[in-house]
Amino acid sequence: MTQLQARGLVKSYGPTPALHGITLDVAEGEIVAVTGPSGCGKSTLLHCLAGILRPDAGEVVWRDQRIDTWPEAARSRLRRTEFGVLFQFGQLVAELTAAENVALPLLLAGTGRRAARTAALTWLDRFGVAELADVRPGEMSGGQQQRCATARALVTEPRVLFADEPTGALDTLTGEQVLTQLVRLAREQRTTVVLITHEPRIAAYADREIVLRDGVIDHTGLGLDASLAGGAR
Amino acid sequence: MSTPHVLLGLLAGGTKHGYELKRAHDERLPQARPLAYGQVYATLGRLVRDGLVMPAGQERLAGPDRTAYALTEEGRTALDRWLSAVEPPMPHVNSTLFAKVTVALLVADVDRARAYLIAQRRAHTDRLRELTALKTATSSTMDDVVAADYAIAHLDADLRWLHTTLDRVADWHREVHP
Ligand SMILES: Nc1ncnc2c1ncn2[C@@H]1O[C@H](COP(=O)(O)OP(=O)(O)OP(=O)(O)O)[C@@H](O)[C@H]1O
Ligand SMILES: [Mg+2]
Repeated sequence: MTQLQARGLVKSYGPTPALHGITLDVAEGEIVAVTGPSGCGKSTLLHCLAGILRPDAGEVVWRDQRIDTWPEAARSRLRRTEFGVLFQFGQLVAELTAAENVALPLLLAGTGRRAARTAALTWLDRFGVAELADVRPGEMSGGQQQRCATARALVTEPRVLFADEPTGALDTLTGEQVLTQLVRLAREQRTTVVLITHEPRIAAYADREIVLRDGVIDHTGLGLDASLAGGAR
Repeated sequence: MSTPHVLLGLLAGGTKHGYELKRAHDERLPQARPLAYGQVYATLGRLVRDGLVMPAGQERLAGPDRTAYALTEEGRTALDRWLSAVEPPMPHVNSTLFAKVTVALLVADVDRARAYLIAQRRAHTDRLRELTALKTATSSTMDDVVAADYAIAHLDADLRWLHTTLDRVADWHREVHP
C-alpha cells in the first residue's frame, strides 16, 4: 500500500526555486533515502512531505488523504500522532530530562503520565541511553542527545518517520549504531522512513535511493525505478 | 593480499594441516576470495623451501595432504617483521576504475565517460547495500562486520569520487581535448 505520495511538488523561497515538480511514491514500511548535493532541495522536500511547509503547487497525499491543503492545526496534529520528525541536531527541549523529552509526544497525544514515562524508559533503553533518563540535554554528548531524539521520534510508533541527516553530526561508529537500531525498529513496526543524507554509506541502509538535483529527481540516479519515482517534470 | 604471511599468522597458534589452514583462512577473512587447496599447498611448499615453515609429522600414511605444518623460529621472525611494517599508503593511483574513466575521455566523449561513471555508481551502490545488509543481519559475526566495514569504507570513498568526477567531467574533457 502507498503510504505517502508527492505529485508535482513545486516550492520557491521568494525568488529562489527549491523544488521543480517532484513526483514520488513511498510504500508502507519502505525506507527511502533522499540524496543529492547541498542545496538541491532535500530538506525542502522533507518539510513539504511532513506538512511543515506548504508547497506552491502540487499535492502531498498520505494514505489517500491530501494533506497539504489541511489547516496548520490539523497538519500539526498529524505530525504529533502519525508522523515522527528527526533532525541533524536532536533539538531536545533543554529544560526537560531525557525521559521527559521522550515522553513529551505521548503526553501531547493524551497518554497518561505514568504510561508515557514507562514508554519513554523503554525507548531510551532501546537506544542504549536508559541511564540518562533523568539527565538534561546540556549534560549529554551530541551522540547521546541524538539517541534520545531518535527515541523521541519513534516513541509514538509513527507511520512515517522523516529524518533529515539524523547521523550527520555523529562519528562513523556512533552514527552507524543509531541508524542500525533506527532501521531495525522501523522495520519491526513497519514504519515508513524518509531518510535524508549526503553519505552513500548511510543511504545504503535504505531500500531505495532517490537522487535530487536542482529541485528535480535525477533519473540517471541509482537503480531508480521510473514507475515508482513517477515522472518528475 | 599477502597469502604467505596470512598462513604464517594462522600457524602461529599451533600446527595445522593444509585443509585446516584453508578453512581458517576462509573463516577469518570472510569477504576474501576463498583460498584454493592448490594455492595452500603451493604456498606451503615455498614457505618450507625458505625455512619459514616445517612439516611437523604425518597423521596417517595417507599422502601429503595429511602433513601438519609448524612455524619455525625464522617464520616467526618473518611474521613479526611483516606485522610491524607499515603499508605504504597508496603509493600509486592505479585503480582500474580511474583508468577506465580517463581512457573513456580520451577515446570517446563526455557522454561516454559519464555513462560509464553512472553505470559504475549503480554497481557500487548495489554492492554497498548488499554489504550493509550482510553486516546488519542479526546472524553476522564480528569477522563479518569488520570485513564488511573495510569494503563499505572503500566503496563509500569510491562513490564520493564517482560523484565528484561526474560533476567535473565536462571541465576535464575540455582540458583533455582543448
Ligand atoms: N528558508 C529559506 N529561505 C530562502 N531560501 C531557502 C530557505 N531554505 C532553503 N532555501 C533555498 O532553497 C534551496 C534548497 O534548499 P534545501 O535546504 O532544501 O537544500 P538541501 O538539499 O537540504 O541542502 P543541504 O544538503 O545543504 O541541507 C537552496 O537554494 C536554498 O538556498
Ligand atoms: Mg538540508
